[in-house]
Amino acid sequence: MPAATRTAAGAGVARTATPAPVRHRRRAPGYRAQRWVAWAFLLPLVAFLLAFYAYPLYRNLDLSLRNYTVRSFVQGGAPFTGLANYRRVIDDPTFAPALLHTAVFTAASLVFQFGIGLALAVFFHQHFRLSATLRALFLVPWLLPLIVSSSTWAWMLNSEAGVVNSVLRAVGGDPVNWLTSPHWSLVSVTVANVWIGIPFNLVLLYSGLQGISPQLYEAAALDGAGGWQRFWRLTFPLLRPVSAITLLLGLVYTLKVLDVIWVMTRGGPADSSTTFATWAYRLGFGSVLPRFGPAAAVGNLLIVAALGFGLVYIRFQRRQGGQA
Amino acid sequence: MRRPATWWKTGVGLVLTALMLFPAYWMVNVSFTRDQDMRKTPPNWFPVHGTLAGYRAVLDQQLPYLGTSLLVSLGTVAVTLVIAAPAGYSLARLRPAGGGTLSFLLLVAQMIPGIIMAMGFYAIYLTLGVLNTVGGLIVGDATIAVPFGVLVFQAFMSGIPAEITQAATVDGAGPVRAFWSVVLPVSRNATITVALFAFLWAWSDFVFASTLDGGGRLRPITLGIYQYIGNNNQQWNAIMATAVVASIPAAALLVVAQRYIAAGVSAGAVKD
Repeated sequence: MPAATRTAAGAGVARTATPAPVRHRRRAPGYRAQRWVAWAFLLPLVAFLLAFYAYPLYRNLDLSLRNYTVRSFVQGGAPFTGLANYRRVIDDPTFAPALLHTAVFTAASLVFQFGIGLALAVFFHQHFRLSATLRALFLVPWLLPLIVSSSTWAWMLNSEAGVVNSVLRAVGGDPVNWLTSPHWSLVSVTVANVWIGIPFNLVLLYSGLQGISPQLYEAAALDGAGGWQRFWRLTFPLLRPVSAITLLLGLVYTLKVLDVIWVMTRGGPADSSTTFATWAYRLGFGSVLPRFGPAAAVGNLLIVAALGFGLVYIRFQRRQGGQA
Repeated sequence: MRRPATWWKTGVGLVLTALMLFPAYWMVNVSFTRDQDMRKTPPNWFPVHGTLAGYRAVLDQQLPYLGTSLLVSLGTVAVTLVIAAPAGYSLARLRPAGGGTLSFLLLVAQMIPGIIMAMGFYAIYLTLGVLNTVGGLIVGDATIAVPFGVLVFQAFMSGIPAEITQAATVDGAGPVRAFWSVVLPVSRNATITVALFAFLWAWSDFVFASTLDGGGRLRPITLGIYQYIGNNNQQWNAIMATAVVASIPAAALLVVAQRYIAAGVSAGAVKD
């Protein structure tokens, strides 16, 4: 989901924007009254979370445990079938490819987004003329609506009229069916996703670089360390906490990418770019006959994966916080 | 001491930025390209025989979608602010027991894939009969921004010096007055940050729009683009012109919000 990636960096920006929270003394006499006031301020949020987070998630779980038809979906009364939907999903011929594609898509996106993002962060950290302006322009792919980016990429990668194939022809190469060949579709959607994800990595890693004291570099330079050595011996280890958070957030958020793949290939051809997110979407909304039970089951498998990695992230963040 | 060497870095930076922004440039270029030039090899690198046909199609066909998107996005901003600002205040300043758990749940909530929320919402909305309504879409979109908004307000309001609120308390103001007339005005930058992100996310949303508002009379611009593509429409200048128009809020955010986010950063730094 677009917002997710943006949330992370947005929160990153916001987090750096404010100093550490100040603990306030609890006033003994009025404390009881104040506690009620505190929860009164939280009431809209709690109501919202219960009605619009907990309840939809519960409905989704319920969907995955019953055998719904279009009719019983509307009228109710679908029989409880336990884990039958999950079994059906795991036995489905799409399951293995979807699992593989989710893993490959996520891993490749992370490696390239992070690698390119880090290289750019180091480059822009050198403060040359226009560096701030150019860095701001790098945010553009991150701010564009995903549907805009993905439809632009879809047209650029069009087999007959796409600009990418024109360039290939001009340099003497053979045109490639980027979106319509099962060998290339996953590569194409990954490239587009990397393009969208680079700014997010750049922003977080750049803020990490700013936290490293320049004196360390001066000391290393005095000791005769070259640029390459300074990067591997100094920058890279010192950037590890920020890198870990960037990668973990990227992981959680790449798992749920839907719009990019759906708009560019719809998971095709022949499931060659289907991930769990697009599979769930296709089962539930992508065909004339929706299969809500299996769709919800796929979605819940995805949620387990996302939350699993998410908890790793939160634990990691707490540990970092404890050290600071 | 590095000064003499920086001009080539600027050069490399310009080349990298040009490469990175090429897809965005291409979108603009295609939006001005005539139909008969669309499949030319090699393509026109610049809109030499530029046409406004694409933008005319936007004016003719996409204005209602843009209006809906504006309505939905503003609604999402309102819902997000009304819920997130008091909650952030409470978590930051009143610190009730259980507040830590709530913050933790907000972090977890941000990790739930949108498609799963959308499926649950679809089932609920079908029962309630509010599918394809603007209000229903606003609530769905607000789930993207509310957890983020609370965390931003909480972080920002924690940083407000205690003396400011204490002065108000000494003057006899209760927590409600302190929130409304002291903390909220001071938190202007946080409010703008949350509002801008909530607006942009609701504006860009596709998952909730396509599931909860796929068949309504009032559909947002993301679906306008999606249906253009889905109908096997070959008028790519019209599709890309719509994409350009749909990117205007993002471009505006880059110009305007950067300033506010930077202001938030320095406001936080000054206080230390």
